[in-house]
Amino acid sequence: MHDKISAEDQALLDKFLADNKMFLGPDPEIMRNHGVAPRSEAEEAILSKGFDAHRAHHIRGLVNAALSESFQMVNQMGAAPGAKWGDLVTAIYTANGNLAMIAPHGIITFAACAFYPIRFIIKNWMEDPTVGVKDGDGFIHNDARYGGVHNTDQSMMMPLYYKGELICWLSSTIHEGENGACEPGGLPAAAESKYDEGIKMSPFKVVENFQLKRDLVTFLQNSVRDPKLQLEDMKVKLHAVMRLRERIVAILDQFGREALIGTMRMHLEDTEVEVRRRIRELPDGTTRVLQFMDSSLRENIMQKISVAVTVKGDRMIMDFRGTAPQFLNRSVNTNLASFKAALATGLLQNIWPDLPHTMAVLSPIEVITDRNSIVDAEGEMPQAMSLMPLFKACVAWTIPMAKFNYSLPKKYSAIIASQYDQAATFIYGGLTQHGDVTGNFCGDINGMGQGARSHADGEHSVSPVFGFMADSGEHEINEEDTPIIRLGAQRLAKDRIGFGKYRGGMGYEQIATARGSGLWGFMTGCEGSKFPSAQGLFGGYSCPSYQLMKIKGINIFEELKKDPKIVEVFDIVKLMNERPIKGGKYSSNDMGMTFELCSDGEIYMICQGSGGGYGDVLERDPALVMKDVREDLLSPDLAREIYQVVFDDKTLVVDEEATVQLRAEARRQRLARGKPFDQFCKEWVTPEPPAHLPYLGSWDNPKEIYATTPMGQRVKMPADQIQGVFMPNPKDIAIMQLEGEVESLKAQLAACQGDASRRGNA
Amino acid sequence: MKVLITEYLRINLDTEKWECRRCGHVHGDARDNYKRGLLVYDRDPREIHKPLLDTKMYSRTYSPDPTWCRILEYYCSSCGTLVEAEYLPPGHPPLYDIELDIDALKLQWKDREEVVEEVRGPDLAAEKVKHGRALHAQAHGHDHGHHGHKH
Repeated sequence: MHDKISAEDQALLDKFLADNKMFLGPDPEIMRNHGVAPRSEAEEAILSKGFDAHRAHHIRGLVNAALSESFQMVNQMGAAPGAKWGDLVTAIYTANGNLAMIAPHGIITFAACAFYPIRFIIKNWMEDPTVGVKDGDGFIHNDARYGGVHNTDQSMMMPLYYKGELICWLSSTIHEGENGACEPGGLPAAAESKYDEGIKMSPFKVVENFQLKRDLVTFLQNSVRDPKLQLEDMKVKLHAVMRLRERIVAILDQFGREALIGTMRMHLEDTEVEVRRRIRELPDGTTRVLQFMDSSLRENIMQKISVAVTVKGDRMIMDFRGTAPQFLNRSVNTNLASFKAALATGLLQNIWPDLPHTMAVLSPIEVITDRNSIVDAEGEMPQAMSLMPLFKACVAWTIPMAKFNYSLPKKYSAIIASQYDQAATFIYGGLTQHGDVTGNFCGDINGMGQGARSHADGEHSVSPVFGFMADSGEHEINEEDTPIIRLGAQRLAKDRIGFGKYRGGMGYEQIATARGSGLWGFMTGCEGSKFPSAQGLFGGYSCPSYQLMKIKGINIFEELKKDPKIVEVFDIVKLMNERPIKGGKYSSNDMGMTFELCSDGEIYMICQGSGGGYGDVLERDPALVMKDVREDLLSPDLAREIYQVVFDDKTLVVDEEATVQLRAEARRQRLARGKPFDQFCKEWVTPEPPAHLPYLGSWDNPKEIYATTPMGQRVKMPADQIQGVFMPNPKDIAIMQLEGEVESLKAQLAACQGDASRRGNA
Repeated sequence: MKVLITEYLRINLDTEKWECRRCGHVHGDARDNYKRGLLVYDRDPREIHKPLLDTKMYSRTYSPDPTWCRILEYYCSSCGTLVEAEYLPPGHPPLYDIELDIDALKLQWKDREEVVEEVRGPDLAAEKVKHGRALHAQAHGHDHGHHGHKH
């Protein structure tokens, strides 16, 4: 073969390959780069002349107002439940696809990954004669492989041309929910390949001359369970973006192109400079945290996420090497771009909330991962429930950054333990009482308990882990639209607390059933049933484990008709322990449940979770302990046992002196039972994960990755050569176990029959 | 000069030692893992996150599974303060969670004044949530009594 070809031939070959690319899949050149692209010629020309910061501030205010207005439009008009709660965003990007500004109250994550599809459009469609990009065009997208949190989110992206020049891009994104996946509601934990995840929209043109192309809309409507929702929200997003466009054009008319282009670029560069300045203030060194996820949502399997944050001067490196390998046939993977978007969100939400909401907050931070790990998954793998590692990314900062930040003479936000980080809500689907097919999820996802702070308890059910605020929805509206009936809602989950000197904010109970549908079901997608999810800080404890409770085989409406007082109060613990409804099958299960049919009146119960606690429980002010008891958030027994407070049962008055003595005794007991660290490690540390534990990820060495299946097969791989893990069907395992039991029972029966026969013969 | 690192730990830059912020006990070399100076106890997680459901009826009771999860409690060996509560699978090596460059730290604090109590940052995360709630309530025409915010 020819080893060397001429430059001319090489250019010809390159052009041939470029012109004949068989598939424009997710492009690693785009998807692996979270950095702000260099200045364009236009930006350089404007900024090199010097750009007035006051002018930029003025324009920024106007752009923010425009983004806010378009956000409100979608919030007010959107048909998806998520839109009503605020699970949406609008944003503006530079002409070369840098995310410049996000609507102040929008969900950061959505926009933090929507610049990837815009860069794809710029790279592939702009010059393509069969597609092209012109004024009045709009592009749709939902496939997270091209940039996105997950495939439930749909974006409308529009270029803005002004006097013939592409000035910027505008977008609107909503968590739509339903997307035609193998399970209703858009978050299919049952997806075993990307082909089970429902409709896959790589970025394509769906709007021309500011109008939706009805042929394509019809195709999309046919691909999802909720065709009316699909049309309505495509219209909503388009018109919100068009309003945003009007406002931006007005800014251009009044202040000129240089003002807007210069402002957006300056905004990005200033943010990067500020992030580096803040990094420089931190101590040099490395802080680490481990996160453990105990479920694939199909079976319990332990996945480690290893986090090491290193600061050196103005460099910050987030190192995730040593993390669990990706699953080949479970949906709890994420690609790297989505993971970084969640990191950007967590950084803004928990560490530097005052920074501008732009991609430039993460741009200066280096992120290192193992390819094919669960946070950098590639290929055919499903990622429909990427929320699992993504929510971990949102809180990945809290513990290691608290250890960097605590010393600072000036802080930008409070020191805070981890927020609860599970998608604790009901996902649903089926036929409504109105005869419509639907699928979506409930707003309860937005009430995760806040982590405790260094100066105060966490706020109860404060927000989603991925946004500063989103509403938890109106149950009455949901009951009008769907067969879901709330038997219990927004009741704080007593005793389920991240304990500490300051306790985590608590989550609420959710008790649901269905009525009036011939075909209805629920699913839930949470980890943390075996290994708690929200971590405490500086001696604070994590949240507890949470379970999914069911009462099946009954109809609560029939029972209530027979005896209106059969249930005194819809309280999960009471219902499960007292079992007031006779004949029901009560069960406590993992929080990961694939879609399951719910007959009229059967009961499903879950909780939002508590944030992690802060500090030593023995330092909690007894007055705060008793406040929790009085408010029925904490049982008197736990007040005594966890917080070591002595008080009168009836009056709840604290015996201060006895409490001091009891706590002193508790500290003495600690000294008596604790072992010196080195001695402890000799006894505690095992060379590899315990045999009984299905474990994925590194153990003592981040360069060696273990993969263990529930059947006990274990392999060890070099971290730079990770292979995905293929899981057996849990039902096959159950069948195999049952067959084993049947064989064993048959053998016992045969032995008994043999004995009987011998006795008969005797 | 002492630098506060956590609620319960500080580094004495002069002696290069980790110290307890409650009792002043010296845990060990600041260039080493502070955990080496602490006492550790392997706590059954069911003792902290107690079963709320009847364990005779259910195996999943809101308690973590002790065969999957343990809590390593780290105590100051002098005053018994709970410095860290580390949740790990059984047998997993404890994490070296704070590894600071002491020379760089000295340089950084050369021109800073000593801080003896934590300087609190503004509670921005919570403030942004409250602001967002007020805005949402106003936009949806149902002010839930959120301090009468009117924009």
